[in-house]
Amino acid sequence: MIHENPSDVPSRMRASGLDLFYGQKQALYGIDLAIPKNRVTALIGPSGCGKSTFLRCLNRMNDLIEGVKVTGTVELDGANIYDPRIDTVGLRRKVGMIFQKSNPFPKSIYENVAYGPKIHGIKDKATLDGLVEKSLRGAALWDEVKDSLNKSALALSGGQQQRLCIARAIAVEPEVLLMDEPASALDPIATGRIEELILELKDTFTIAIVTHNMQQAGRVSDCTAFFYMGRLIEFGNTHNIFTNPREKQTEDYVSGRFG
Amino acid sequence: MKKKFIGTFAMGITAASALIAVLAVVWILGTVGWYGASSISWEFLTQSPKEGMTGGGIFPCIVGTSILVLLMSVVGVPVGTVTAIYLSEYVDRSSIVAKWVRFAVNTLAGIPSIVFGLFGLGFFVRFGGGGLDAILHGGTLHWAQPNILWASLTMALLTLPVVIVSVEEALRNVPQELRSASLALGATRWETIWKVVLPNCTTGILTGVILAISRGAGEVAPILFTGVAYFLPNLPHGLDSQFMHMGYHVYVMATQSSDVEGTRGIQYATTFVLLALTFALNFSAVYLRAQLRKRSLQ
Repeated sequence: MIHENPSDVPSRMRASGLDLFYGQKQALYGIDLAIPKNRVTALIGPSGCGKSTFLRCLNRMNDLIEGVKVTGTVELDGANIYDPRIDTVGLRRKVGMIFQKSNPFPKSIYENVAYGPKIHGIKDKATLDGLVEKSLRGAALWDEVKDSLNKSALALSGGQQQRLCIARAIAVEPEVLLMDEPASALDPIATGRIEELILELKDTFTIAIVTHNMQQAGRVSDCTAFFYMGRLIEFGNTHNIFTNPREKQTEDYVSGRFG
Repeated sequence: MKKKFIGTFAMGITAASALIAVLAVVWILGTVGWYGASSISWEFLTQSPKEGMTGGGIFPCIVGTSILVLLMSVVGVPVGTVTAIYLSEYVDRSSIVAKWVRFAVNTLAGIPSIVFGLFGLGFFVRFGGGGLDAILHGGTLHWAQPNILWASLTMALLTLPVVIVSVEEALRNVPQELRSASLALGATRWETIWKVVLPNCTTGILTGVILAISRGAGEVAPILFTGVAYFLPNLPHGLDSQFMHMGYHVYVMATQSSDVEGTRGIQYATTFVLLALTFALNFSAVYLRAQLRKRSLQ
């Protein structure tokens, strides 16, 4: 592992002075965080610290929750995604998301993966077939499902469903993948496969992953951001965060003293 | 001792009251089944009334009721579904708009059906029909009289709340995660509704349709002034035709017939057909709903 400083790597997304309110209640306080390109950034912290909320700011999924107000900026390749002229549809195409609970559509495996490309106007059968295969290969699921593409996605195991969701997300060829505890509902073997997959995906994508699992953060991420009570306490190279954190709170958390 | 007596008495009263409902159903179904079933024949279902409505069958009533229900659904179901989509997918649950629309829907559900009939006469027949005549027929009377179109529109209005409520419930049963998944892929709200939400609640929409039909099939008051006829020699041939209807036919036979006693069999049989139709529809709605619940639990 290279112990580089995240600020030495060009960033793909950058949050500056990001505040978020659920109604009257403030959930994020002035977050400044640059997510480095083609790296895996882990967001860690105790429940309710704002890490998932922050993740959902990066593709504006918080817009869907009643009464959420965001101030500050988040830039994707230099453009503020909270600019009123920004189209969230285009944004979410570039910033894909994997959810905690796998959520395949009750459609066939093929239709799940082809959903995004079809929405974005790809009609040609051969192109779609190619994309579906490429995405399923990218999600390390192709060999398991290539003979049953027309079977219902709901017939897959939990781990396969989550990899299908990853295939579905990468089929629209995003730049960034946001993962919200993608393996928390899976058994250790399925979790291991997802983690291997994350390491493969970072060559192509920039990844931000929320996790409760310290070992997982250590295994998959290059940099780690520690959140506590709605604030970003520390951000740095994962190795440093785990072995030699600057802040006392970070040290207490990563060493398992609270959280 | 006294306490024990009061206890037994209270239980007796409640049980007796419960029995009344059961007895009423058994009585109604029993009588209609007993007298009706014997008069039902293939001829009864496929022939027109004969001999000044003292013989023959109820074919025109079945046709009229079916067309009424079909037109009603064609108009009411899309409008109700779209309203439910608006309430469930577009406006915030607690917003003023949602509250007002919901209030209107609930009020609509509580309006007596005869008032719908009068409204249909005033609005559709006189105002709508009158307007059409003024434009299309230079003021000659054509559309401004009761017909199957106005009756169906009135009925659609009456059954609208049923459709809205059941479709809304079906939409609520679609897991939020599926919407998130679609939106996170860059789909618009409408694409999400059209491609993910609606395909997952076809059963719910169907339930709404069936409940609306079973409500509408039995109602007579709304069509009384807006389109139903006592007797017609011909089947309806267009939207501007009047029609015969099973419910109204029973009323007519029981009160206006030249030989009320002699047509008892026809009355019972007509009621039997009407009940059978409504029950069949209700049971299929219950079945579909159970399937839907089972699926949403998985």
